[in-house]
Amino acid sequence: MNKKAKILRTLGVVSAAAATMVSMATTSGASSAKAPIKIGISLSLSGDFSADGLAFQQGYKLWAADINKAGGLLGHKVVLDIVSDASDPTQVVTNYQKLISNDHVALTFGPFSSLLSLPSAKAVSRYGYALVEGAGGAPSVFQAGLHNIFDVSLPVANDLVPFSKWISALPANVRPKTVAYVTSNDPFTQPQVTTIVPTLTKAGIKAVYNHVFPAEVTDFTPIADAVAAAKPQVVVLGSVDVPTVSAFMQAFEQSGFTPKVFIATGGPDQGSTFIKAVGAKNADGMMVPNAWYGGSSNPLSQKMVAEYVKAYGGTPAGVSSDVVEAYSVGEVVAQAVKATGGFDNAKIIKYLHSNVTLTSAQGPVKFNALGMNTTPTAFTFQWQGSKFVQVNPVNDKNSVKVLFPKPVWGK
Amino acid sequence: MNSTALLSAAKDGILTGSVYALMATGLTLIFGVMDIINLAQGILVILGAYLSYALQVHLHIDLFVGLLITIPTMFIVGIVIERAFIGRLKGPEKTAMSILVTYAVSLLIEGALNMTFTTNDVQLQGSYVNKSFAIGSVHFGYIYVAGFVLAAVLLSALYFMLYRTRFGVSVRASLADQTSAALVGIDVKRVSTICFGIGVAVTAAGGMIYGATNSFNASTSYDLISRLLTIIVLGGMGSLGGAMLAGVGMVFIGDMVGVIWSPIWSSMSYFVVLTIVLLIRPQGLFGKQSVRVA
Repeated sequence: MNKKAKILRTLGVVSAAAATMVSMATTSGASSAKAPIKIGISLSLSGDFSADGLAFQQGYKLWAADINKAGGLLGHKVVLDIVSDASDPTQVVTNYQKLISNDHVALTFGPFSSLLSLPSAKAVSRYGYALVEGAGGAPSVFQAGLHNIFDVSLPVANDLVPFSKWISALPANVRPKTVAYVTSNDPFTQPQVTTIVPTLTKAGIKAVYNHVFPAEVTDFTPIADAVAAAKPQVVVLGSVDVPTVSAFMQAFEQSGFTPKVFIATGGPDQGSTFIKAVGAKNADGMMVPNAWYGGSSNPLSQKMVAEYVKAYGGTPAGVSSDVVEAYSVGEVVAQAVKATGGFDNAKIIKYLHSNVTLTSAQGPVKFNALGMNTTPTAFTFQWQGSKFVQVNPVNDKNSVKVLFPKPVWGK
Repeated sequence: MNSTALLSAAKDGILTGSVYALMATGLTLIFGVMDIINLAQGILVILGAYLSYALQVHLHIDLFVGLLITIPTMFIVGIVIERAFIGRLKGPEKTAMSILVTYAVSLLIEGALNMTFTTNDVQLQGSYVNKSFAIGSVHFGYIYVAGFVLAAVLLSALYFMLYRTRFGVSVRASLADQTSAALVGIDVKRVSTICFGIGVAVTAAGGMIYGATNSFNASTSYDLISRLLTIIVLGGMGSLGGAMLAGVGMVFIGDMVGVIWSPIWSSMSYFVVLTIVLLIRPQGLFGKQSVRVA
């Protein structure tokens, strides 16, 4: 063997040894890292609830980014497996079945709306999974008696109670005399509206219109015109989304009708989405019940809002309440995973039922036997100029004076 | 219930119904000439609305002026869809296949719109959109009245084209019998392509009015197509007059029932009427018997 061949052979051996060492090091490194943990979520990325579904997706993604920045869940990187259900209660069931049996997700987070949360919880309960959700607070969700559902948000039935107390307590000479109740036949809206009817009736506020409309309605003009023709001083609208509220507002304006008080159960809480749809001037005086708003003093909320604004732009007032509802789901599950030391759904369910008080950007979370969050307080919020402010309960230190009567449209 | 509420409901039914009639006319024209059930008609209406939105937001072009751009654009979109997808359908399964193909087209357009405009709802704005005038106690929104006038003008133009032009003769001949029309020298393929373009072009106008009176996103198309299909079934598949009458009738009946009884019965009342009509006349109000047999 000549000198050149010897050198080449030596180089070859050294290269092979180096390659082997690199390979071993790589393999060793890979085996020491923890595998990512998959979380399955069905969201309404199309269909009637798509705007809310998109906001929920933002909330979940924001939480996942935060938890991964902090080292993941028990050292596992979080990967969200999000599929679209097109706002369909049948598709949502198929989605969770697929997520669990095909995608083998370790945990499941809830979809948007009570309409979809209930069938989802039933579906995942068959696999022994917990369903922690942020937008399924209707009584019908809890009345199902499921052991695996946990709603981190405010139960909806009493959402309008502070509003009804405020209006009933107004001096008789300024208190409105008539009211219209008009609501979608949705499990989120109807309980809220029916709850306050006795209180307002007792206060002498007479119902001049009281009707339910189908959830699938897209042309609200004739319904809004009928409400306007009844000339109520207060309008209580059971709405789930922005399009419903904006359609009523537009029809009222065209009819030359401005109620003294206009509260909608959902829509005005959607921040910049609502303002874009109706215009800032028209939003003035619009009210909505909720347990959270972008200006909340809760440090967890302020942190989340700052991160949201950094990621998506806008202002705190423009942050949809859907975002924080989704984000809070992640926060609550992270605490349960940490406390139970793993991803065993049975242990997580048991832990969440243990009367423990958890923290979230929406405030404290404590579940009763039905999975209902027992700690939140209902507030009423109102658009005043470009600000979204808390106005009820009246005696709360963060409440400002209600803009009453509501200004004429566009003024 | 008071008289103002009743008159308002009647007004809403006629004004809004005329816009639905316009959108449904395009759908029934396409079916009549081509035996194609265009499930993409709903998303094309929304595409028309988004075109108006883009022109308004980015180029500050008024909604009605923008129609001078959006109607020809949608006509071209229709021609492209017909050439790329519909024109390739042949044989006895053509109608059934058209449902699948146009649904696929619908999903493609929906996906593209979601990516471009997100799923957030938008609404077309204009100084006149929320304004109204009153006659007695009934208020008429300018945009609804303009929509009614626009629908009337476009439907009249469509009728003029069908009954006063040589091309209209070809269309009517194709509507009556494609084979016979071809035998007398009519280029049925060309007529079909142009009719598909016209059927899609009217969605620009319908979409603009719809977008100015409702918040919308791409998924709004599902509600629209279900309404449009029921309109042309009631009017009679392929019947232009039937689509117009059924369009106005559907909204009118729903609105009146909503005021007299309750909004919860609005949709159902229309379907009750639809069921009764189909029991008596399975081909719809003005449909051809052959449609039912086929």
